[in-house]
Amino acid sequence: MTKIIFISSDGNETAVEAADGDNVMRAALANDVDGIVAECGGSMMCATCHCYVDEAWTDAVGARADGEEDMLESAACEVRPTSRLSCQIRIRPELDGLIIHLPESQT
Amino acid sequence: MNMIEGHMTFEPSADIPVWDVDPYAEDVLIDPAPYYAELRARGPLVYIPKWSVLASGRYEETRDIFSDHSRFVSSRGVGLNDFKYGEPWRPPSIILEVDPPDHTKTRKVMARALSPKAIAGLKEEFRRTAEMIIEQLIERESFEAIADLAEAFPVAVFPKAVGMVDSDRRRLVDYGAMVFNALGPDNKFRRDAMAMAPDIVPWITGACTRDRLTKGGLGALIYAAADDGEVTEAEAAMLVRSFLSAGVDTTVTGIGSALWCLASNPGEYEKLKADASLARPCFEEVLRFTSPVHTFARTANQDTEVAGLRVAEGTKILCALASANLDPQKWGDPEIFRVDRKPVGHMAFGAGIHGCVGQNLARLELEAVLTVLAETVERVEFAGEAVWRPNNAIHALDRMPLRFIAR
Repeated sequence: MTKIIFISSDGNETAVEAADGDNVMRAALANDVDGIVAECGGSMMCATCHCYVDEAWTDAVGARADGEEDMLESAACEVRPTSRLSCQIRIRPELDGLIIHLPESQT
Repeated sequence: MNMIEGHMTFEPSADIPVWDVDPYAEDVLIDPAPYYAELRARGPLVYIPKWSVLASGRYEETRDIFSDHSRFVSSRGVGLNDFKYGEPWRPPSIILEVDPPDHTKTRKVMARALSPKAIAGLKEEFRRTAEMIIEQLIERESFEAIADLAEAFPVAVFPKAVGMVDSDRRRLVDYGAMVFNALGPDNKFRRDAMAMAPDIVPWITGACTRDRLTKGGLGALIYAAADDGEVTEAEAAMLVRSFLSAGVDTTVTGIGSALWCLASNPGEYEKLKADASLARPCFEEVLRFTSPVHTFARTANQDTEVAGLRVAEGTKILCALASANLDPQKWGDPEIFRVDRKPVGHMAFGAGIHGCVGQNLARLELEAVLTVLAETVERVEFAGEAVWRPNNAIHALDRMPLRFIAR
């Protein structure tokens, strides 16, 4: 299991244990973390699982997926260089302790 | 090598239960719930000798198979025919019946054209059209909900959104039904559908060309990708064809099923009326509860395992999406329709890289219809018996007399 820390827009912190091979969006939903809607369920067809990867973690997380950039344009909140769709971040042991910041809203 | 329905027959691993059932029999297609319940009860995978396929009906395994596009491919067809061993009835779809990396390219073009932001401008027009249609239906003593609303609405808004110069309600609706019936075995539903092909297919092909599409529509966005060199001109035409295969009959079914759910559950309709912002979650629950696309297949592209059971290369697996959406292990009380359930992770739009590319448009259409309904209609009542129409991949109503009582 790999530890992921979600920080809401008002600073609330939730740490969850997620299975390797799963993705950050599903880890948030499985643990009732508020702030991720995931309307499309992980098919990269909406932008309601938008998140900001903590700057210390951007290299480890890696680049956006092919097509992710287009879909991020539909995000409700500001898109920053650290913006990702959390359904596209696959959980693996190197991401243990990953910090994910959540936007104020998804819709 | 023995073939059946265009794929190789095989002997299943000894620990996979064998069930002598026909998932494509008329009575099963009309009322599939008992088949789904038994499919889930018998095991994560079941061997069906009649068509020499495996079937998956539990949520976890169905989701795993559908999400794993490298082991369970789409390029060998998402119906019973294995394209490795024979030509399909039409050139394969370059988005549905294809794997990465080719899929990545076409998917990106379609996803961009159909993103929430790209289609947001259609919202007002969808709402106005819903108001106009529903207002007229309220005036009537009763009406035929499938023809007069479920078909009338998408046929009024969708071809226009695509930018089609030619629009033909019957052919548009029937083309979708035909494509989905073609995913099943050579039974009477498939044969009846195929008999329509000589009339419908040339019309569809003609309607997808660049000169039959207006400049501001979704179709033009696809041709713009051809101008940018992302896809070829021929590929653009194929992608516009995908709009028409998957974008009409499916939403017709979604609207019909939504009305059926609300007429059958007046208490839930009261909740929607009290808070019209439940329109979107209500549609998600309609999708989970009724699964317009009930079954798609995948083909194992290698010797592999599912839930510890051996699956040989070339095996067709029927993924009963509708059954996964009714799995009590996942949903607790799946037989209850609740407009505020918010069933994130339902399988009605599929999952993973092949998840429905038009889902945002479907949501926008249903949001318009359900919002206007909640705002203007006091009660939705049956005015006769609802009758389901058997189709090898779609679970749809054939006719449903309804009455709208004005608010």
